[in-house]
Amino acid sequence: MRNRGSLHAQRLRAAYLFMLPGMAFFLIFYLYPLIQALRISLYEWSIMPGQGSRFVGATNYLRALRDPIFWISMRNTVLYTTVTVPGQMILAMLVALALHAIPRGRVIFRTLYYLPVITSWVVAALLFKFLFHSQGGLINYLLVDILHLADRYIPWLQNPETALVAIMTLGIWKGIGWSMVIFLAALQDIPLELYEAAALDGAGRWGRFRYVTLPMMRPTAIFVLVMLVIGGFNVFLPVYLMTGGAPMHRTETLLTYMYNEAFNFLDFGYGAALSYMLAALIFLLSFLQIKLLRRPMEL
Amino acid sequence: MVANPKRRIVEVAVLYLLLGAGAVATALPLLYMLSTALKGSVYVLEIPPRFIPERPTLANFIEAWNSNNFSLYFRNSAVVALSTTVISVLCSAMLAYAFARFAFPGKDLAFYALLFTLMIPSLTLIIPQFMLARALGLRNSLAGLVFVYVAMTIPLNTFLLRGFFEQLPRELEEAVWIDGGGYGTIFLRITLPLSAPALATAAIFTFLFAWEEFTWALTAIDVEAMRTLPVAIATFHGAHLTQWGLVFAASLIAIAPVIFLYVMLQRYFIVGLSAGALKG
Repeated sequence: MRNRGSLHAQRLRAAYLFMLPGMAFFLIFYLYPLIQALRISLYEWSIMPGQGSRFVGATNYLRALRDPIFWISMRNTVLYTTVTVPGQMILAMLVALALHAIPRGRVIFRTLYYLPVITSWVVAALLFKFLFHSQGGLINYLLVDILHLADRYIPWLQNPETALVAIMTLGIWKGIGWSMVIFLAALQDIPLELYEAAALDGAGRWGRFRYVTLPMMRPTAIFVLVMLVIGGFNVFLPVYLMTGGAPMHRTETLLTYMYNEAFNFLDFGYGAALSYMLAALIFLLSFLQIKLLRRPMEL
Repeated sequence: MVANPKRRIVEVAVLYLLLGAGAVATALPLLYMLSTALKGSVYVLEIPPRFIPERPTLANFIEAWNSNNFSLYFRNSAVVALSTTVISVLCSAMLAYAFARFAFPGKDLAFYALLFTLMIPSLTLIIPQFMLARALGLRNSLAGLVFVYVAMTIPLNTFLLRGFFEQLPRELEEAVWIDGGGYGTIFLRITLPLSAPALATAAIFTFLFAWEEFTWALTAIDVEAMRTLPVAIATFHGAHLTQWGLVFAASLIAIAPVIFLYVMLQRYFIVGLSAGALKG
């Protein structure tokens, strides 16, 4: 027989026992490193154990603001996000609308469009390096030998501007399927009665799209936008594997620069400061997007 | 409302054409990868490019698997991904159960801490995680990978499962309670079995994350014998710059299990994504 008097204590004990294993992993390998990274960013960190690290306050952060490579990385990161996010969203929306409108074959098309999403970033980055190869790459072949849009092969990855084009093409190709699946699910959730009511009110096709589909898709579109912007600012692997930031740091993004500073130059303090600036930026942007785009009733 | 049926047929045909063209453009790079892997190394950078190899051969697959330790990397990846999945899903389910069914001091704080971290770039943590792994002797060990992957997947899994647990009816749990069962019995006998679809979704996404993760594996592991597939493929590419057929054969070996999982369990992928959309 249970002791009813200690029911509360018993529930409390059970709750903490259920929390224990998960929280232990989370606190040790996630939250502690998160706080530790902030601390490291305020030091001229010495990587040798035993040697003292010097507290330098905001020096690492101020250094970034005066560092031309930091600004190149920032520009490239912003450029990548502003090109790939709308690119993915618009194409994904068009595909989702088309899939929603066809009578059959939806599953097979959805599977095909989703294939790039389940291809790992490492494989996708190497594949695009091959496609954009300066000599026998498929892209050069299509542009020069088939479409005659260029008269000679372009050294895509050797030149900073064209390298970014290749990287952004990869970003869009890889991401369309993810947004498309979410958009398609949201389209299928719109109640048919709404379209019928709009049609009764005399709305044509455009009217039904404008006054039913678009408003009903809005919360989903905001969610996708926020997620993709976070993903865009986190761009790392395609750059790291396709150009490594070369030539002369001109294709560097915030995370590739951070990783190089930390693990090639072993400047942990500066690397931690760079990553904290990115985290703060992402946090701020996500907050602003939700604040500005959400209507009060959706909150 | 009633459209001209002829016009409707033309429209649908145009849609199929456009969707088909888009699907070809999407799948073409992957097909080209497959055909390159099936060619002998000599023919790889041929102009004009050939999509159907003249003499398809599995030589690249056999060489990648046998002569470059790929079976070892495959096993490392499998051990890491499976351990991560089991530990992370179990820990997340327990956490989610506590959040869904109990009131206790610190609950909101813990929940918002988890939620907040969903926005943090995971590379923000990599420097302290590296130092931590070094201090705990977890560098160059698969356990070091698993612990970090578990920590990184717990927030999203907990979130997903908590939403599911909250919608489960309480009547069954109360019946077990009245019969004298404790919370452990309720969790194991009622909550987990009823949540199989949500658990499957969490498991799939966790497995994929751990199977594909590159940066932490690159940073934490220096020893060749402990490498996982993504790092092995990138290193392999660095070492065999011109042998694209070999690199792509290795890549295809690495993504084959993922494509298999996706084709078999497609509906759980969709459920997971939609659940993610709902939380927005």
